[in-house]
Amino acid sequence: MSEGSGRKAPYIIPIGPTHPALKEPVMFTFEMEGEMIKEVDFAPGQAHRGIEWMGMRRNPVQIVHLTDRICGICGVSHTFAFARAVEQIAEIEVPERADYIRALIAEFERIQSHLLWAGVAAHELGFDSLLHLTWRVREQSMDVIENLTGNRVNYGIIQVGGVRRDIVPEQHQVIEDCLNAYEGVISKLLELFLDDRSIALRCRDVGVLSHREALELCTVGPTARASGVNVDLRQDYPYSAYGDLDVRTILPDQYAGETRGDVYDRIVVRLLEVGQSCGIIRQCLDAMPAGEVTAEPKIAKLLAICKKASGEAIGRVEAPRGECFHYVRMEAQEAPHSWKVKASSYSNLMSWIPMLRGEQIADIPIIVASIDPCLSCTDRVAVIRGQRRDILSKEELHRLSVEATRRLQV
Amino acid sequence: MSSLPMIPELLRQLMRKPATNLFPAKYLPPSVTEFLQSVASGKAHLTPPVETPPRFRGKIEYQRDGCIGCGLCVKVCPSHAIELLPETKRIRIWVDQCIFCSQCTDICPKGGLHMTDAFLLATEDRYEENLIVE
Repeated sequence: MSEGSGRKAPYIIPIGPTHPALKEPVMFTFEMEGEMIKEVDFAPGQAHRGIEWMGMRRNPVQIVHLTDRICGICGVSHTFAFARAVEQIAEIEVPERADYIRALIAEFERIQSHLLWAGVAAHELGFDSLLHLTWRVREQSMDVIENLTGNRVNYGIIQVGGVRRDIVPEQHQVIEDCLNAYEGVISKLLELFLDDRSIALRCRDVGVLSHREALELCTVGPTARASGVNVDLRQDYPYSAYGDLDVRTILPDQYAGETRGDVYDRIVVRLLEVGQSCGIIRQCLDAMPAGEVTAEPKIAKLLAICKKASGEAIGRVEAPRGECFHYVRMEAQEAPHSWKVKASSYSNLMSWIPMLRGEQIADIPIIVASIDPCLSCTDRVAVIRGQRRDILSKEELHRLSVEATRRLQV
Repeated sequence: MSSLPMIPELLRQLMRKPATNLFPAKYLPPSVTEFLQSVASGKAHLTPPVETPPRFRGKIEYQRDGCIGCGLCVKVCPSHAIELLPETKRIRIWVDQCIFCSQCTDICPKGGLHMTDAFLLATEDRYEENLIVE
């Protein structure tokens, strides 16, 4: 793929769109100099499913089940953000108890998502025994989520106006048991990940994203926090029950005393957030008021309210990967007039470029995985860059074909 | 602080029981139907599946008699899995398309729809009799 005339360097290595080292479909093009990455470019958009298009043909009560399926891991964050947007448009006041249940489920989701990520990171380093151990630990939170919502994934617990299921007193014990187990195991996980010499060798000073770059690229979530940027929607823009809860941003210097913005710091932030989430769930359980769990238990009435609503609003939620953003516009019709999803990975993808530059081929999988990319969440649009289109229309393919034939004739 | 903290943990894990529930058997039988037959005749042992959680959303159950044909369930089904048959004023549910969200059971004014605990629905034929509820 080098540009003719016998020039050998730089080599261009394509990785993706599907590749064993990548857990999600994305196309990378690496310009290599020996083992070192000189320049990198990537093209997302391989997992576009037309979810917003589907949403514009459905009413909000149906869309919450669609938003559950935008992402398999953060099943509640998208629904949470969408429901918040619709509630603002339709001026529905969510009961306080529902706010707490939403926050509680969102924190359980953060626990399982971060543990899942930690396992994947261990796997990318070739540390499969740690992957299995981490995922064994993660199962407990999945079991609690299943107990509370009825499903391990695609929870279907949030509905516009509140939640669909209450947390009954018997379930408090289930949650309590899980939290006790986690609080016992978190220090061990920290030891297994952070005191391990091979993990430190592979992750320290690898894939560095400086504080300045993190700010300039508008990174969000643990990726930004690992570079020392003090952002967390739960603290900066307390939505739902978070206003009453004590949430402080977790930064890597709280553990290691310094912030380097490398892969190791991203592990630190995520593991510490597991512990933090346990604390938030405890606060939720203690402070949860009694009362209704939904503003409108009659779904038919809810449909009528949503049908009358018009206006636009945004819903922002701190998903496990960072800020999840939904824009909804409704114009007194059954379906929303427009709906735009900006998943957290969308803001984080660009940080790959400074992270990967100057690193080695063998470090690509762990650096790519370190921002916890979720491309099925992210891929909302087809990219057109300059004159180059990534999605070719029929006419264009025809034109390219004709050009190719002409070249042969010359 | 040891630099290989995983080693003692791995040794401890060796002594523990595996966390995986070996459903339906320790090794996947070459033919599930044959395996179920030998279970019925007492020749093989079936490891039971993990219990479903409370209020699990499994295969849908429809009480045809109470239905008034209002079509509200059709209106809220996110996956268009419910069809209203105009001639009989009753519904038909295509379970292969159902996403088990239970939204139709919430809206049914007559309480004629329920989610059961049945979850073993995988099959090669989407239009199998078992997957059409009416």
